[in-house]
Amino acid sequence: MKVAVLRFPGTNCEFDTQYAFEKLGHTTKLVWHEEMTLPEDIDLVVVPGGFSYGDYLRSGSIARFSPVMKAVSKYANDGGKVLGICNGFQILTEAGLLPGALKRNNNLHFISKHQNLCVINNDNAFLNQCEAGEVLNIPIAHADGNYYIDDEGFKKLEENGQILLRYSDENGNPVVVNGSVTSIAGVCNENKNVFGLMPHPERALEAILGSEDGIRMLKGFEA
Amino acid sequence: MTAIVNVFLKEGVLDPQGKAAHHALDSLGFEGVSDVRIGKQIVIKLDTDDKSKAEAEVKEMCETLLANTVIEDYTIEIV
Repeated sequence: MKVAVLRFPGTNCEFDTQYAFEKLGHTTKLVWHEEMTLPEDIDLVVVPGGFSYGDYLRSGSIARFSPVMKAVSKYANDGGKVLGICNGFQILTEAGLLPGALKRNNNLHFISKHQNLCVINNDNAFLNQCEAGEVLNIPIAHADGNYYIDDEGFKKLEENGQILLRYSDENGNPVVVNGSVTSIAGVCNENKNVFGLMPHPERALEAILGSEDGIRMLKGFEA
Repeated sequence: MTAIVNVFLKEGVLDPQGKAAHHALDSLGFEGVSDVRIGKQIVIKLDTDDKSKAEAEVKEMCETLLANTVIEDYTIEIV
């Protein structure tokens, strides 16, 4: 698989993301935000975590106007797979490629810890290696991870199986971590080719780091 | 001309910063505060003297970048 990993001023998870996909045997290419086009023959675009443009106005709000995002929108609208992790998730919602928005955490803290997540829907490229109801352990590190969507939007998400992950306890029961609507940690678009989540699967690939659960998430794209 | 843009979280969208300030005011003994909302003010200097043109332009700025209309409302004042 050929993976393009975007890079904005302030991105800081691009090398972790590269490492993760290369560990799984894929080739990766870093793409600077000023590029007008994406590399040819790619199978996946990853918008990694970090603090694009310092998150000065709102997280992801300025990055979404970078030249490369036009190419990403076109790629996504043509059916290409896009994964946004943390700041990448924020950028994809700001760009309108994913529904909803990410607000400041309810407790106003930057939350950095290992977190259990419950797999809600696995009928998609991202989570097809996981079981629905399965509990995964993946680190989170964010200040603006409080997912918001209005009632109508939420209904659509539920009906279409677009809710991918919820923050949970070790038994899969939802827990309040940052104030997200119904504890949502990750969603996809209606066509199920654009995925976004606040947790960092690329940081959960080695037992020595506390979890290998991120492997199956990223492996899902191979199928 | 100067445009003063106020951006606030929509009514019904929980404002964690406002809530924290409200709690702090309560604990400092300020009584009778029923709600606190915290937003941001953006002051934009414009070259034009045409008020309606300025207003239209700033509205576009808000819709495009300055506010996330999924969660935020904004007001524009031209002075």
